Amino acid sequence: MHLMHAILSPKGFNRFVSRWIGALWAVTLLMLVIGLPWALVVAPTDYQQGESYRIIFLHVPSAWLSLMGYTMLAGLGFVVLVWRVKLAEVMAEAIAPVGAAFTLLALVTGSLWGRPMWGTYWVWDARLTSELVLLFLYLGWMALSQAIEDRRAAAKACGVLALIGVVDIPIVHFSVEWWNTLHQGPTITRLDRPAMHLSMLAPLLWMYFALFTYAATVSLMRARDIWLEREANHPWVAELMRTGAVPGGPDSPARPGPPIAPRDLTAGA
Amino acid sequence: MTPRQRRLLGAFAVLAGVATAAAVLLSAVSENLLFFYTPSQVAAGEVPADRNVRVGGLVVSGSIERNPDSLAVRFQVTDMARVVSVSYQGILPDLFREGQGIIAQGRIDANGVLQATEVLAKHDENYMPPEVAATLAMKGEGPLAPVHMNANPADARPASTQP
Repeated sequence: MHLMHAILSPKGFNRFVSRWIGALWAVTLLMLVIGLPWALVVAPTDYQQGESYRIIFLHVPSAWLSLMGYTMLAGLGFVVLVWRVKLAEVMAEAIAPVGAAFTLLALVTGSLWGRPMWGTYWVWDARLTSELVLLFLYLGWMALSQAIEDRRAAAKACGVLALIGVVDIPIVHFSVEWWNTLHQGPTITRLDRPAMHLSMLAPLLWMYFALFTYAATVSLMRARDIWLEREANHPWVAELMRTGAVPGGPDSPARPGPPIAPRDLTAGA
Repeated sequence: MTPRQRRLLGAFAVLAGVATAAAVLLSAVSENLLFFYTPSQVAAGEVPADRNVRVGGLVVSGSIERNPDSLAVRFQVTDMARVVSVSYQGILPDLFREGQGIIAQGRIDANGVLQATEVLAKHDENYMPPEVAATLAMKGEGPLAPVHMNANPADARPASTQP
């Protein structure tokens, strides 16, 4: 219980993230430094698509993360609606733009891949359309969150929206099986063995974990900042500003940082 | 019932309601979500005439006839059950070849030939190095194995897939 509180409280979360964020960045960079050359140079060319298929190492992890991000928004929304957990509110707010970015990346890389392979940048087939809907669901979530001033009320409204929108996730995933699409069927998540040679599958999974680590790192940093902003008037934040752990305090050394609202400064006085 | 239980029930109700609505909606519009028709659907008369339609299938091995003086090309697509002839004039995508899954868009004329205005290549879900694909094709397996209609697969000559 003590450990739970140490991480779940705003102050404990701040300390936890601040302590581990450097290590998380190191792991992220290490995985990318290994993964990118592996995927873009070492992995063999494809029998059919030659070198062009290598965009898969960015496209597929992005698409997976886009689905995972919204699933997490819905799960966190559920927790917010039922148990009113503040950490869930903050994490959802932190994850949303990261998921939206990966959705956009999946759409753009897919489009660039489609032009040489399929012969078109875009078609309105079920897979592409449902993924585009997912981008709008993310954007709608973010717009709704910004439209409501009260953070707790915003989290509740967004939780309902995420629970409604999550229905798109199975549609994206199964679209290639339920309907005829231009997009090909599943390569890896199918019942028999993956339709990808191990020499390509291994770097693909590696790149997925690398980008997952990146997404988690960025989300945790965002969550930490969102919580600092929310609790800007609380004594523990003022204390952090005074010691210089957070920029903006009266005694903090001059360094670049986001502009601090006046009330944040008065909180430290 | 405590407020928390009521909220739990409410959240589940939202999920169940949305899932039901989506299932009903999708099953209602399922037909319109098909990106293309299969040759079997064309043969069964499910495809509207005088309308722009897309037909998808594999290019039958040995069916490609190119006009040496123009970009005109004729070929057949199959879903391994029925065949549709396609006539097209224009640049084909890089992946277009025998055995490849393609989607042709156009009108089906009185002779049952699809007069295509656009041909898209539908690459498959297989990824492998060229050597592996070649080895599989030698055994008459894998994505590079030839696609024949009304032919015994045992007769398929691996050499016929080589460009």
